[in-house]
Amino acid sequence: MATSTETNTVVAFVRERAALIALGLFLAFLVADLFRKLGTGALTAASLAGFVKDGTVLGLSLGLAGIGLAMTYSILNFANFAHGDYITVGGVVGWITAFLVAGSGSANVEQLVLLRASSRTLGISVTTAPVAIVLGLIVSVVVTAGLALLIDRLVFRPMRGQRGIALLIASVGVALAVRYLLVFVLQTGPRGLTAGQVTPSWDLPVGGGTVTVTAHELTLAVLAVALMLGTHVLLRYTTFGTAMRAMADNEDLAQVSGIPTERVIRTTWLLGAGLTGAAGFLIALERGALTTSFGWQLLLLVFAAVILGGIGSVYGAMVGGLVIGLASRLSVVWLPESFIIAAAFVVMIVMLLVRPKGLLGGVTTV
Amino acid sequence: MSARIDDGTAAVAEWFDGRSDAALLLVLAVGLYALFTGVSLVLGYDLGGIVNTLRRITFLSAIYAMLVLALNLQWGYTGLFNLGVAGFMAVGVYTMGMLSTAPTTNPPGLGLPLPIGILGGVLAAGLVGAVASLPALRLRGDYLAIVTLAFSEIVRLTYRSPVFETFSVAGLSLGTGGSTGMSLPTNPIRMLFYENPQAVTSPPSAFGEAVFGTFEALGVRAPVVEGMAYAIALLFVVAGVYVLLRRVGNSPFGRVLKAIREDETVAGALGKDTRLFKVKVFALGCGLMGLAAILWRIGGLASTEDFRPITTFYVFVALIIGGAGSNTGSVVGGAVFASLLFEGPNFVRRVVTQYVDIGIGQTPNTIFEAVGPLASLDVTPLLAYTISDVNVSALRLVLLGVVLIYLIQNRPEGLLGHRTETAASVDLSERPGGEDR
Repeated sequence: MATSTETNTVVAFVRERAALIALGLFLAFLVADLFRKLGTGALTAASLAGFVKDGTVLGLSLGLAGIGLAMTYSILNFANFAHGDYITVGGVVGWITAFLVAGSGSANVEQLVLLRASSRTLGISVTTAPVAIVLGLIVSVVVTAGLALLIDRLVFRPMRGQRGIALLIASVGVALAVRYLLVFVLQTGPRGLTAGQVTPSWDLPVGGGTVTVTAHELTLAVLAVALMLGTHVLLRYTTFGTAMRAMADNEDLAQVSGIPTERVIRTTWLLGAGLTGAAGFLIALERGALTTSFGWQLLLLVFAAVILGGIGSVYGAMVGGLVIGLASRLSVVWLPESFIIAAAFVVMIVMLLVRPKGLLGGVTTV
Repeated sequence: MSARIDDGTAAVAEWFDGRSDAALLLVLAVGLYALFTGVSLVLGYDLGGIVNTLRRITFLSAIYAMLVLALNLQWGYTGLFNLGVAGFMAVGVYTMGMLSTAPTTNPPGLGLPLPIGILGGVLAAGLVGAVASLPALRLRGDYLAIVTLAFSEIVRLTYRSPVFETFSVAGLSLGTGGSTGMSLPTNPIRMLFYENPQAVTSPPSAFGEAVFGTFEALGVRAPVVEGMAYAIALLFVVAGVYVLLRRVGNSPFGRVLKAIREDETVAGALGKDTRLFKVKVFALGCGLMGLAAILWRIGGLASTEDFRPITTFYVFVALIIGGAGSNTGSVVGGAVFASLLFEGPNFVRRVVTQYVDIGIGQTPNTIFEAVGPLASLDVTPLLAYTISDVNVSALRLVLLGVVLIYLIQNRPEGLLGHRTETAASVDLSERPGGEDR
């Protein structure tokens, strides 16, 4: 009797978690295959380390870009499709500033504002033009935050309390309007930003080969981690953070407790969009180039990171970003390079099916 | 200003209310044709040019009407927010292409007859829709939106990948053409006019010769006649899809769909397997999207560029203009979107170029060259910059965004959406004999 009950419990356990167990087995298989490839020499330790480094850098970019999205998602309860274009705006205005600072006097102002001046001649990098980079970062934060507030006032505030889908549709409208206004002003086509020849880089020896880390990758990584920690402290230990978390949990309850909800929403936009602008600037710095649609192209990956971590969770966004970044770069070990992005989306969809609440699901906003 | 526009839309909607759907569509068609004939005359087109303009309007309106009808089944009727329209369209087109293009072309296809190719494309799109709907069973609205969007990007990137540019399955070689795209079988309307419809250089059949001769005398060239005939044929397909979806909507099946939209828990409590209904709706809607895309691209090129997420947003804007939940609204929305928002800006550009003397090679290259002369009150450079080809395309999308925001804020029910049919099969607002009990 006892054994049959036990068997039933085991059967029930397996049945409930069939998808999770299958996923676990699949991951275990991939890890085993990875070691086999390393053992047979089909994959060198250096190229694996290179993938891991690329994945980490991409993951930190996505995590940083995702915090703002996670914050507004948890407070306003809608998926903001304009978030990607806030990233672009941050990158564009920040780099226009950096160009103006670094190229003042030496190049035509119009060329600088349109980001058409030669990046080789300007020679911007963290070490050669630190002032330009810092000012660019500040302007990207300020302008993106201002833009987000303006759009909230014009578009989202009149729609407070509406369903998430209506807000989502409005945000698609915002995304289109912002992106194509940028195209109208700047025209399309990629713009080179930094000068590779003056950017310091280091070759780290890994198992017979080397992995190159550039100063810009390092800058992105350090600042991303610092900004994430800062956000954590802010949300955890300030009155604003408490108010924001209270609102994310239950807006009505927060309001009757005397929390000025409208003001919290404004501060959330300011903070979230500021971080997003910084993310746009730093991602463009790391890549050394930008287009008017680079944020939009990142958006789905940022969504993937935020969903993976559990919507509304700031830690989740960081962890999710790293998982998505690593998964997409490591997928090159098994898949052709043209599937890098698709692999990340598959990870997100599988995750939603297996664990809809995200990796750190249940934790909100902290 | 805004209040006046509000009154305007409300008045239009009220006017729509009093008319039967057939009369409404007729008035819309006559109105759009009159408008575009007028614009063509202003542009100094001859009869051939006018017919060609109307051909393009008809063609795009029909395609968008079909896409919107399919999306309306999923969103308007069932409340499923599918942002993957472009992906399902791509599945339809590429499957048709791989089944029906000749094995000798590059990329090669299987060379099966076109009807099999079209059927295969529609079934594949429906099947992929059914598979994609599996997450729909578990997810709430905005997650579903993101997942379907990601899904459509996976589809697009897969078709774009060099891996599938040409590949072989069981000894048969196939291909998507990767980033260069694939040329699709010739348009089936050519069967009406040509002896050998597959060959580009085929002589016209007896019927074709008679028709072409008649129109040639009026100044309408053969390709335009062919295209117009195809556009008219598409209107019949739209009518077919409309009738199909109306029957679906009024059937017991359709009433369950509306019940799911209104309150899924209640529908479930009444013993309906709501998940199965959602899968079926996804399959049917996506199959129709595949069909619309096949009819859109056939005779031309299939390229992954046509299936970017922006295509999905186009269909959504059209649906929101017409009003989610109304089939007639879907057709109205498709036609209004395709002719006014999608094609309209290009005609505005042509009319402005006609009347403002910009001078050859005088179009400013940058916004600075355009705005600078404003200081001396010279607006021509700015106008020239604004109406240049690329900038009209950009501003058209800005306009689209603004229209989307305006509609969702002020008239989320669209032109006809306020007539959304209720889930009940009888009118619950009047209860005949209610007082007697």
